[in-house]
Amino acid sequence: MGEAGQQLKNKDIVGIKDLSLEEIELILDTAVGFRDVLRRDIKKVPTLRGKTVVNLFFEPSTRTRTSFELAAKRLSTDVINFSVSASSVVKGESLIDTAMTIQALGADVVIIRHSSSGVPHLLARHLKASVINAGDGINEHPTQALLDAFTIMEKNGAVRGLRIAIVGDILHSRVAKSNIYCLRTLGAEVRLIGPPTLIPEGLVDPDIEVFHSMEDGLRDADVVMMLRIQMERQDTGFFPTTDEYFRLWGLTRERLALAKPGATVMHPGPMNRGIEIASDVADSAQSVILEQVTNGIAVRMAVLYLLSGWRSGD
Amino acid sequence: MKKGLNLLIRNGHIIDPSQGMDGKGDLLIEDGRIRELEIRDSEFKTQDSRFKIQNSRLEIIDASGLYVLPGLVDMHVHLREPGYEYKETIKTGTMAAVRGGFTTVCCMPNTKPVNDNETVTEFILRKAYAEGACYVYTIGAITKGQKGEELAEMGMMRDAGCVAFSDDGFPVMNSLLMRRALEYSRVFGVPVISHAEDAGLSAGGVMNEGALSVRLGLRGIPAAAEVVMIKRDIELAALTGGRLHIAHVSTAGGVRAVREAKKAGIAVTAETCPHYFTLTEEVVYGYNTNAKVNPPLRTERDVEALKEGLADGTIDVIATDHAPHHMDEKLCEFDKAASGISGLETALPLCLRLVEEGVLSMRDLVEKTALNPAMITGIERGSLRKGAAADVVLLDPDREFTVDPEGFASMGRNTPFGGWRLRGRPVAVICKGRMHEIDSGAVKQL
Repeated sequence: MGEAGQQLKNKDIVGIKDLSLEEIELILDTAVGFRDVLRRDIKKVPTLRGKTVVNLFFEPSTRTRTSFELAAKRLSTDVINFSVSASSVVKGESLIDTAMTIQALGADVVIIRHSSSGVPHLLARHLKASVINAGDGINEHPTQALLDAFTIMEKNGAVRGLRIAIVGDILHSRVAKSNIYCLRTLGAEVRLIGPPTLIPEGLVDPDIEVFHSMEDGLRDADVVMMLRIQMERQDTGFFPTTDEYFRLWGLTRERLALAKPGATVMHPGPMNRGIEIASDVADSAQSVILEQVTNGIAVRMAVLYLLSGWRSGD
Repeated sequence: MKKGLNLLIRNGHIIDPSQGMDGKGDLLIEDGRIRELEIRDSEFKTQDSRFKIQNSRLEIIDASGLYVLPGLVDMHVHLREPGYEYKETIKTGTMAAVRGGFTTVCCMPNTKPVNDNETVTEFILRKAYAEGACYVYTIGAITKGQKGEELAEMGMMRDAGCVAFSDDGFPVMNSLLMRRALEYSRVFGVPVISHAEDAGLSAGGVMNEGALSVRLGLRGIPAAAEVVMIKRDIELAALTGGRLHIAHVSTAGGVRAVREAKKAGIAVTAETCPHYFTLTEEVVYGYNTNAKVNPPLRTERDVEALKEGLADGTIDVIATDHAPHHMDEKLCEFDKAASGISGLETALPLCLRLVEEGVLSMRDLVEKTALNPAMITGIERGSLRKGAAADVVLLDPDREFTVDPEGFASMGRNTPFGGWRLRGRPVAVICKGRMHEIDSGAVKQL
């Protein structure tokens, strides 16, 4: 589970763009060990007994929160879900006050999800506890990118040299942003496919190819990573209708055939079947969507484990 | 002798663009008014002065090594009173102005209640008369409640003392209403100040749109949100013959639009602020809420264009857009943080950097920070001509200091310049018939 002496440079994981290649590799290597633990009959280890982990979620989430909760429990920590609707936040408490309260309760690790970008960074500056970003606004979702990289490695052996197409609403997707940083650091060729309204101009650098046609973009891809069309964000008309979206950018069996034979199909969930992905593709043998969920626990155990051992200046 | 302030300021470098004066000389203030003014080329000798000093209690100041300038005029500040006294008051805001070298400020109407009627105008002016450290003029709202729906009572506010109209903080999105405002205001000959922002294009945005906003995951405000609105308002000014002033220009495209309009003879003036020609969006990095301001900080290209616009006269005015906020409104989510910079106490040294870089001469600078804003708003200030009230700044261009927001006179400590080492500071400001020493002991008496 990581070489002795190796550790992360910071007490927090707020974004992939702050991690080095070595740190990403350390997390992925560490996760291999935990995946093996999860395959045992008894899936729990006493590694972090006595530590307290708090899930501080300001946005509704089931899968990410549950995944972190399970990861924390498998490591024998005490884990608390701080549910925002039931807390004083609805009474108007400031973010900093909420976070300081949680720190005063003795949290060692705070896992934060918030609709505003930069909130994990703000908390990381104010808290002694380690902060893990579980999704901030339209900025990053680092553990999702790590579990995606882990899954790609499991399927393809390595990330380096792979051609990976990310398809859909790049603009609003923190998953896409973290994946772009992570996969490029790991040596993949990343290309983006989607309507111009959903691919921000500022993201495009000479090394990232952008395609507005699925047929062109999918050609010879090793991995096709679909993104969720976030219906709640489409109120200002980034595309005319979901029917038209599926017609132009939906992943169908015919289109998938343009990618490399046996190309890996991914989706961070929750899926909109018939909008960004056809059901038969989602359920096909090429899809690793459920493996992504399973691997999420191992990767999050690795992150919790590495941060719990973090000491400044070591 | 007269009861008011009597002061002889000797051997300073006097610059007064209103009279074309630029040179070493003496300035005599009697009873709080400018009495005499003399520029000499030769070095100062006590006996040489032709001012007859009959008053033995006349205070004499040695201003050698200092600039003697008309008190600066800031035509764009937020004093927050009434309604937001936890951010700033007329008293603290005007104290901040004086410390920054400003003897006159024009306050924007986004108070609570909004300054959209004569009662609020009168309240502010009365309070400022009694408690203000400097002179305060009011800018009334264009539309009732700044809602952009119907015209406010411009005529009555004008009678009560408003010198311009603006919905600053909000654009007037309805083009017809903006047309009416520019037409109707012609009765009073006062400018309509445009907060140029297309609210559709800027919706949800919290910083400049570009590579950095994507990298930080923050929603962007494209430069076009400003430029399309400046262009619209220029067309409306051309259509109506109204006087248009563009507030806080932040983009290269905005500078270009104003330059072309001026060439075409359209009655438009424009201002920018120290933060727009000093900083770029890079300061936002790390989710620094003190760098959150509307319009947002832009790019190096825009900074260069603003400097060109200042140098060639496209931009007439440097204003601060002093926007004090409470600490709690900045110590929070970037999306939620209030927009604005507490600017009065750092503006002048930031402007002096332009002189150092050769963008502006000292005389240009005084024009853009005193004379032009006074002319645009029709205020009889920003000048050292004989008989005028003595609004005077003694500026030490070489005095270095470190910006310490905790030491601000303003209640708003929200500045991205905290810790900056700056050069050039007023040592004394004469205003409302008294002299404020900014640094005690810095004024040398003879």
